[in-house]
Amino acid sequence: MVGWKSLTRNKLFWPIVALAILMLFNLFFTPHFFRVEIKEGHLYGNVIDILKNGAPIMLLAIGLTLVIATKGIDISVGSIVAISAGVVAMLIGGDLKGVPKFPIPYAMGVALLISIVAGCWNGLLVSRVGMQPMIATLILMVAGRGIAMVTTNAMVVWLYAKPFAFLGQGYWLGLPFSIYIVAFLVLLTAFVTRRTALGLFIESVGINPTAARFAGINAKNIIFGVYAFSGFCAGVSGLVVCSTVMSADGNNAGLGYELNGILAVVLGGTSMNGGKFYLLGSIVGALIVQTLTTTIYAFNVPPEIAQVVKALVVWIVCLLQSGKFRSTFAAMFGKRELSV
Amino acid sequence: MSETTPIIEMRKIKKVFPGVMALSDVDFRLFRNEVHAIMGQNGAGKSTLIKVLTGVYEQDSGEIFLEGKSIRPDSPLAAQKLGIHTVYQEVNLCLNLSVAENIFIGKEPMKFGKIDWKAMNRKSEEVLARLNIDIDVTKTLSYYSIAIQQMVAIARVLDSSAKVLILDEPTSSLDEGEVEQLFKVIKKLRDDGLAILFITHFLDQTYQIADRITVLKNGEFIGEYKTEALPKLELIARMLGKELSEFHSTTHDEEKKKASAQAVTDTGTLMSARNLGRQGSIAPFNLNLEGGDVLGLAGLLGSGRTEMAKLLFGIDGADQGDIFIKGRKTAINSPRNAMMAGIGFCSEDRKNEGIFAELTIRENIILALQTRQGVLRFLSMKKQQEIADQLIGSLGIKTPSGENTASQLSGGNQQKVMLARWLATDPMILILDEPTRGIDVGAKREIMELILDLSKKGLGVLFISSEFDEVIRCSTRVAVLKDKAKIAELSGEEMTESGIMHTIAGGK
Amino acid sequence: MKTKSIINSRDIPMLVVMILFVLMFGVGSVMFRGFFSMQNFLNLFIDNAYLIIMAVGMTFVIISGGIDLSVGSMLALSTMVTSSLLEKSHWNPVCVILIVLAMGVALGLFMGYLIRKFDLPPFIVTLAGLYFARGLCYVVSVDTIAINDGFWQTMAHGQINIIGNNFISPSVIIAIVVLIAGIFISRSTKFGRTVFAIGGNEQSAVLMGLPVARTKVLLYAFSGFCSALAGIVFTFYTLSGYALDGSGMEMDAIATVVIGGTLLTGGVGSILGTLFGVFIYGTIQVLIVFQGTLNSWWTRIAVGFLVCVFCVFQRILESRGTKEKRKDTSAKAEKTPVKG
Repeated sequence: MVGWKSLTRNKLFWPIVALAILMLFNLFFTPHFFRVEIKEGHLYGNVIDILKNGAPIMLLAIGLTLVIATKGIDISVGSIVAISAGVVAMLIGGDLKGVPKFPIPYAMGVALLISIVAGCWNGLLVSRVGMQPMIATLILMVAGRGIAMVTTNAMVVWLYAKPFAFLGQGYWLGLPFSIYIVAFLVLLTAFVTRRTALGLFIESVGINPTAARFAGINAKNIIFGVYAFSGFCAGVSGLVVCSTVMSADGNNAGLGYELNGILAVVLGGTSMNGGKFYLLGSIVGALIVQTLTTTIYAFNVPPEIAQVVKALVVWIVCLLQSGKFRSTFAAMFGKRELSV
Repeated sequence: MSETTPIIEMRKIKKVFPGVMALSDVDFRLFRNEVHAIMGQNGAGKSTLIKVLTGVYEQDSGEIFLEGKSIRPDSPLAAQKLGIHTVYQEVNLCLNLSVAENIFIGKEPMKFGKIDWKAMNRKSEEVLARLNIDIDVTKTLSYYSIAIQQMVAIARVLDSSAKVLILDEPTSSLDEGEVEQLFKVIKKLRDDGLAILFITHFLDQTYQIADRITVLKNGEFIGEYKTEALPKLELIARMLGKELSEFHSTTHDEEKKKASAQAVTDTGTLMSARNLGRQGSIAPFNLNLEGGDVLGLAGLLGSGRTEMAKLLFGIDGADQGDIFIKGRKTAINSPRNAMMAGIGFCSEDRKNEGIFAELTIRENIILALQTRQGVLRFLSMKKQQEIADQLIGSLGIKTPSGENTASQLSGGNQQKVMLARWLATDPMILILDEPTRGIDVGAKREIMELILDLSKKGLGVLFISSEFDEVIRCSTRVAVLKDKAKIAELSGEEMTESGIMHTIAGGK
Repeated sequence: MKTKSIINSRDIPMLVVMILFVLMFGVGSVMFRGFFSMQNFLNLFIDNAYLIIMAVGMTFVIISGGIDLSVGSMLALSTMVTSSLLEKSHWNPVCVILIVLAMGVALGLFMGYLIRKFDLPPFIVTLAGLYFARGLCYVVSVDTIAINDGFWQTMAHGQINIIGNNFISPSVIIAIVVLIAGIFISRSTKFGRTVFAIGGNEQSAVLMGLPVARTKVLLYAFSGFCSALAGIVFTFYTLSGYALDGSGMEMDAIATVVIGGTLLTGGVGSILGTLFGVFIYGTIQVLIVFQGTLNSWWTRIAVGFLVCVFCVFQRILESRGTKEKRKDTSAKAEKTPVKG
């Protein structure tokens, strides 16, 4: 019994249960959902697709996790994805023979640099100017899409430089390469936050900013840092998005990613009220979001309708995290405490 | 005419919060044409009593009568409808609206289905004229000083059928002239037939304005007195819950005097403040803290103790004066600076300024040390546990393990965790703001013994407490504060409870 | 002491926005031939009638300290339902309009209820609303639906002559009615003043006995009504319904409100300011069209830039206001505050 209790207390427990239920649903109702084939040494199948298509959201969610842990929010990530994709596409160029205009690593480096600058801009507005995070990142959300469109001259840029495609479409040891990028970034972030005091400081700032200041923590720098990092993660996500479809569409790249990203983080157990954060939880959260999307696709429903379901999930998750809702709910069903 | 039936009578009010008896059988009477002050120390139950009266809390037992009829308001609004109005210290108006609107919003004069602004402005001017105030009522409220804002809040109340007016710490952010103006208004309203309940920490003001005083202590009713029948010194004694005669007999703790006499290795002056001050928060003061010193800060609530501590720890920036650390002038303008200079600070507001409820006890303890070490030099888990376990042991923090969250601890243990956090940084100077507040007697004694231990090791301690006997017992010297200024420093023979009280009551 | 609002410098943003508009219009007139004309000014109304309507609702929400991100999607849903009911179900136009407006109110009521009852952050609730409404659009139809209804044709092609050869469209009349109603509600009704009080200090508003809960729910219903009406007016303009209509328009609406001098932190703002915000937004668009070489996406960047400038400007006024008051508590200024 004690083992069971400590298991349910584990923050990863409920996200994984939710994922398992979704998978179970698919096992019964979606034919061939779990079929994995090996073609040319690569694994193919719905499950692999979920990993592959979920990669951009997972990447975003890593940065968003830290931002949300400081009680902030970054709704500009979708636009930064578009900027990053646009920049890398323009630098590589749409040469039909696949000869890149600039070396591919250079192009990727510049795209990431610009994404970090965008993140720093958000960080500056939040930590120095003192704007509310939502409003500060709203500015870049508006202007960012414009910047992305201007970078690509408002056209969809198609790429033919083969090596670049490896990022989003390549396989390594039988698995999509993008998964390795996610794994690398998660491990790196986990290492940096958990092997140094950074994670503790981020959580302290999110839980009690005043007490954190009194304990000598420089909250401003921490907050600045997480937004810059969120920009970086969105940039990486943009590269993967661009490479997957080998094109950059300033208008649609990363559209709605902010909601998916926030949803992933919140489903993963990190509270919108800041504090303790769970990187692996966010990854599981992103998998839930992607599985949901894939499941809806599998039912031949127009993909956009998935948005309705996601919106409902967001409302429900918000309600579950709301203290007021829980107390109302608890009062309705006797005095049992709800723990989520 | 005064001693007829009271307009408000509260009988045997009891209110229990988890673990705390906030009010036990408190009686309170309020008469028309009178200003009544409620006095008491921290945790005396003043604000709980007011909150019961105004419907914020509901009493567990006891009854409230308004003009002889039993009432039980369940919200501030319900209380307002009964004619019981409150003007808070933090003015509860909308700064973004005009003065006139703040007086009339919710009950605006209407004409042809729309708000009649002209009538509203005119009526507002009339109401304010009753308070001898002549201002442009069409201007935004934020444009005016807090004193005016308070008058507007009072004006809003006057317009309705107010019977009782509660003023909660109205003078704490006013200057002398403004206080005088406010008192004029209060007296006028009193003479117009209003019953006024006045809450303040300023003793002198109580004597200027109050006709009657009720004293509370630790949630208990101590007594109700006519102001002229209660000398200031006696009031202080009652607030501290003792008879005046007791004090004269309290002799200085001989043993402790010896201990401080043969004081430990003298490490010289650790910290001194010259002319340090901040407008609106504390008047410029001088202060010296030596190694092995425990400097007590004694004063009633609101006397400027916390403000002094916050200035010394760099939380509020000083607008004049200097701080010297070991004789060197040091700029302390952020808690981080203060920490680097070897100062630690435990806030009186554990919940909002001290404890990280969702972090583990271990994390709470090592946090300040980790900040000093920097982000990169992360203490290994083993080292963290070592430090935490050692401090949990030496301070006697009652917890199954350092891995429990701080939210699971009792108040006294949370206090110890904050203390542990700073001890882990091996500080030179510790500033402890009300470390004994809201914790049980046993824990209090432990913390005080700890303070003495620390001073023996050569630390300089600044100890703040509302309990004068605690201050006396722990300190080598006592600085007395009153009305946001340091008024005296007592040591040796003068350092007795009655000495402190005489200083506060008599001005000297 | 919490000092949220600024000291009579609340007039300054309004003044700045008017001057800015005159300046921009002036610059356009000097730079481009044919820019300065009565008709060109009236075109600002004609081309932005729907935006004016939407922004009026948004102004109320923002003054109350909230935000409504669902307006753009709500507009799209409104165009979809309108065109579908007209063309596929052949309903009576009056019924269609009533149904669509009721739908907007209903969704607004629902979101307002969630926000008020469970203390959920408005931006996340309405962000979910954004995806919910957008997803529903695809449930109605994935394709564009053209409207051939007679009444709609009349409304679309109708021209009302005023002063010489200049004309406005019927939509402009609707927009002006909404505008006047908005100004009246904000200045002269209890509801309007309660909105300001909530934005200034919600806790005080409750203590002053104002119907805060009811007002907050009604606010979002009103915003839903405005965006549904904006959707109908939008169909007068485009004579079609399309699921991608109005994507990102929530940002345009927020931007115009902010440029119009309304504080994103709530409590201060005016409907008239919002009108000028729309004018500036429209003028930027026209300027970019006249300029010819710039891509229309520069509008987005320019708007983002303006929002940023205004936000920073407001922050500065705010902090300077607080400081001034600390030093000088005596009254000096002469002007009366702008109400509404």
